[in-house]
Formats: sequence, C-alpha cells, structure tokens
Amino acid sequence: MKDIIEIRWHGRGGQGAKTAALLFAEAALSTGKYVQGFPEYGPERMGAPVQSFNRLSDKPITLHCGITNPDYVVVLDSTLIKTVNITAGLTDAGAIIINTEKSAAEIRKELNFQGRVFVINASKIAKECFGKAIPNTPMLGALVRVTNFLEIDGVLEDTKKKLEKKFSHKPEIIEGNIKSIKTAYEEVQGG
Amino acid sequence: MKTAKTGNEAMAEAMRQINPDVVAAYPITPATEIVMIFSQFVADGLVDTEYIAVESEHSAMSACIGASAAGGRVMTSTSSQGLALMYEMLYIAAGLRLPIVVAEVNRALSSPINIHGDHSDTMGARDSGWIQIFSENSQEAYDNMIQAVRIAEIAKLPVMVTTDGFIISHCLEVIDMISDSDVKKFVGEYKPERFLLDIKNPFTLGAIDLQDYYFEHKMQEAEAMKNSGKIILDVADDFKKNFGREYGFYEKYKLVDAEIAIVCMGSTAGTTKVVVDELRAKGVKAGLLKPRVFRPFPYKEIAEVLSHLKAVAVLDRSDTFSAYAGPVFTEITSALYTINYELLTMNYIYGLGGRDINTEDIKKVFDELTVISKTKKIENPINYIGVRE
Repeated sequence: MKDIIEIRWHGRGGQGAKTAALLFAEAALSTGKYVQGFPEYGPERMGAPVQSFNRLSDKPITLHCGITNPDYVVVLDSTLIKTVNITAGLTDAGAIIINTEKSAAEIRKELNFQGRVFVINASKIAKECFGKAIPNTPMLGALVRVTNFLEIDGVLEDTKKKLEKKFSHKPEIIEGNIKSIKTAYEEVQGG
Repeated sequence: MKTAKTGNEAMAEAMRQINPDVVAAYPITPATEIVMIFSQFVADGLVDTEYIAVESEHSAMSACIGASAAGGRVMTSTSSQGLALMYEMLYIAAGLRLPIVVAEVNRALSSPINIHGDHSDTMGARDSGWIQIFSENSQEAYDNMIQAVRIAEIAKLPVMVTTDGFIISHCLEVIDMISDSDVKKFVGEYKPERFLLDIKNPFTLGAIDLQDYYFEHKMQEAEAMKNSGKIILDVADDFKKNFGREYGFYEKYKLVDAEIAIVCMGSTAGTTKVVVDELRAKGVKAGLLKPRVFRPFPYKEIAEVLSHLKAVAVLDRSDTFSAYAGPVFTEITSALYTINYELLTMNYIYGLGGRDINTEDIKKVFDELTVISKTKKIENPINYIGVRE
C-alpha cells in the first residue's frame, strides 16, 4: 500500500463536497490516522463544479502541493461526467465512486475507464434517510467501504459527534445522516 | 491533544488561549476566518478581549498601536492588501517598540488581483522593523503564535507570524493543541515596563525626533532586532521544555551530511522533505534548510549551516522586480559572502499567486543542483519554476 492515499471529491457548489472532505478527514483522525482536507478555491457559485481533496496516512503528512494523481475520485453529481474530466490523473490502479442510479458497468462504459468503478444512489439514500437530496454524507460511507482504510464504527461515532455540535437543534438530521452513511457503506456496488 | 484544524482555526485557537486585551481587525481573504472565529470567541464570552471592528487595515493597526501604547496585550490578523494598507503604521509600531502580534496569512499582492498564497506581502514589510516568523503548517502556525507573544514582549518589538494562504490557512490537518491553562502559564501576564495609562508615571511617546536623536533611536531599534535573536531562541527552548516541540532560527532536514540542498520557507518546505526522502532512498545526498525566522535574519548561523554544501538552491515565493533575484536569495548569498564562504548558489522564484509547486518541480531543482555540483558552473543563477514563457 502507498504511504499516502489521495482522494479528490467532485461536486457542485452547495452539495457539500468541502464538508464531506473535512468530515472524512476528521473521521480519519478519530481512528488514529494522519489527514489533510482542503478545498479547491476558485470562483464559487451554487451549482458550479467544485473540487475538494483528502490525504490519509499512518504517518504525519508534510506534502503541501495540490493533488493531481488521486487514488480515489468521489463524484457527488453524475451530471459532472459530461462537463468535468473526472478521471483526470487517475490511473487504472485507482478507483472511482459515483452517485448515480446507473450500474457500475454502464458508468465504466461512459467514462471509458479501466480501473475500479463503484456506484451508489446516494441522493436517493439521502432523501430517504434525512429528507434532502444532499449526497455528501452517504458518499462518505461508500468511500469508507471502498478505501477500506478506516473502521466504519469509528467514522460513524465521530461523524455523529460532529453533527451533534452542528445540528444540536435538529436531532432528526443527525440520526438520518448517520443512517445514510451506514446504508451507503452497505449498499455500494461495483469493483 | 490531537485535533484537526485548518491554519486559520489553529491561529484563532492560539489567540483564544492567549486571550489578548485588545484585537482590532479588518477581515481579508484568506485571513478572514481568523478574526471571524475570534470574534465568535468574544461574542461567546470565551475571551476577555475588547474587539474593535474598524473600517480598514490602516485603522486596525492604528488601533492596535494605541491599545498597545496604553499597556494592553494586542493582536490582529491580516493578509496581502491588508498588510500593504498597514504599511505606514507597521513602521510606527516598530519604532514605538510596541509588542503587537499579527497573524499574517501570506497572499499575493495586486495587480493582477489574486487571493492565493505567495510571500510578496510579508516580504514587502521585511524592513519595517517587525520580527517575521514563517510557519510550514498549522502546527507551526499555532506554536509560533504562542511563542510570538513572549518574544514580542521581551524584545519590545512587534512580531508577525505567517502561514501560506489557502495552502495552510484552509487546509485541515492534525495538530497537537496545548491546554488552555498551559498556554496561559507559558505566555504569562503582560507587564509593560511603561505604558500610557500608567498615570502615576507619565511619559511622552511618539514625539518628533530630528537630526538630534532620530538616529540614536533607530540605532536602538536595530540593536533590539539584533538582540531579539537570543530571545527567540530562549523562548523556543522554554517552549521545547514545556511542550516538546523544537524550534529555532531554522529547521535542518537531513542537512548535516548533505551535498546539495534547497532553502525554502513555508509550506513548500514540507513538500521538499518528501523529495529529500525520495532522493536519499536513491543515494543522493540531498537536504533542506527551512528558515523560520526571516527577521531578524540570522546571517551567521545560516551561512555556517550551509557552508559544507557543494551547491544550494534558494527558493523564493516572491519576486523583487529588481531585475536581480528574490529576497531570500539575496539575503542568503550576501550572508555567505559576508562570512566569506564560497558556495554555488542558485535562485528559483516559484509559486506566485498560489501557483502549485509539486514534488516533480522540486526534484528538477535537485537534479540541476547535482549537475552544478559536478560541473562547478552556473549559467543562469536566477530561474523561475512552473511558469509558462
């Protein structure tokens, strides 16, 4: 295994790509890993394509350059396939996880990508679990499963704590989000 | 305690733990979060600070000067155009010998307008009489802020602690935070030798000073800067004793037995460490010198620590537009010359406006150093990395 795992998140402004990268970093920290989480800062608008990034390692991370060759790409919005080169820098050894209704085979064909492809209908899970089609938390669960680097229980526990702080006045959102992570962890398909 | 913080969060947390008497600030990207988070601490009653919202950075520094002269422990935060707008007041803060601490998030200067990280803003203030401490990452930003308060108050000089805009200010990383009570103990209570609100001991501050005394006062300021070197090292020693992390004028990374080395400040030093490790694994004797303290410039120590090398590349994240070289390069080569060391030295200007510098870019610099160390010839001493021509 590489010393450092690098992840690139693709989303649209408002879908929580930055929050997901930060939540993932914090969850990784809670399981004893070293982490980085950082957004790409450009002109930000609701709905415009955005990226955010993670590095994970068992050792302290001193790298502070951008991530151009990620090991994993997480796509929060499948319409980005047509507008953004989501496989840029990704080798066949890498993997892509995408929020879609389609099958992994269909997506693989669309992307013309030889590496591993995973699919999960995160928007649907989000809608069912907490009433809003915000896919970032379920995608977190799918990513934990695919990277197989963090313990899901630790991630759930830590994310719950983080959400309890942020949404102390909306407890139903917390339970729903946690459920969505768990569901996506269990239901992610492909390989 | 290990926790995940961005550079801005780390600096704001340090400010909370320091609990200054006054913070006067005007927000500017990418430093905005520092004062935003801190103003929340004020609103939540977590600090005793008087927070002064001002209409510009010039006013922010002016209010800091007034509050510091009055006898308060004073801090602010800024970046780029904000620091540039403070320019006039920076010299006054230093000349009046006021121990103000600034959390400075390095960002490019306009024009063209750009919000990303380079060292142009801090370098523009390098001769203003402020102590300048650069941080590689969030941990160093946090630790440097805590040390800066004591350095400033003992040296009676203002201090700016910098991080690289966005690259560090907005990057969530793992840092080890010190407990509130330990920080409180470490920074201690500020007892100014004299202050304007001490009505029993009135004195004049900021009086006109012409041909008769100006030079002596500036000489004293220069002396204070010279003397601050030892203070910086003493505070670092005490910090290490208390919290275990080591600081000094610079960090040497695999430098002692190196034959070629890069000198660079800020976040790029971290990326360079990865390249040094890769080259070491291949048997290349590469090393890194990361200056932490740029003002005062520890010229003897830096010249000494580089003297055994065959070739050095100095990386500058700003340009001087002097048709010569970057500011770190000119300091280092002049230090080498002054101490009478001959050393093959290259300059690489990089990363302006936040342009990414990756391990490949840094590896190329080491490759060129390897060649130079053999041929002993430098054709172009001043170079640019990662820019289209």
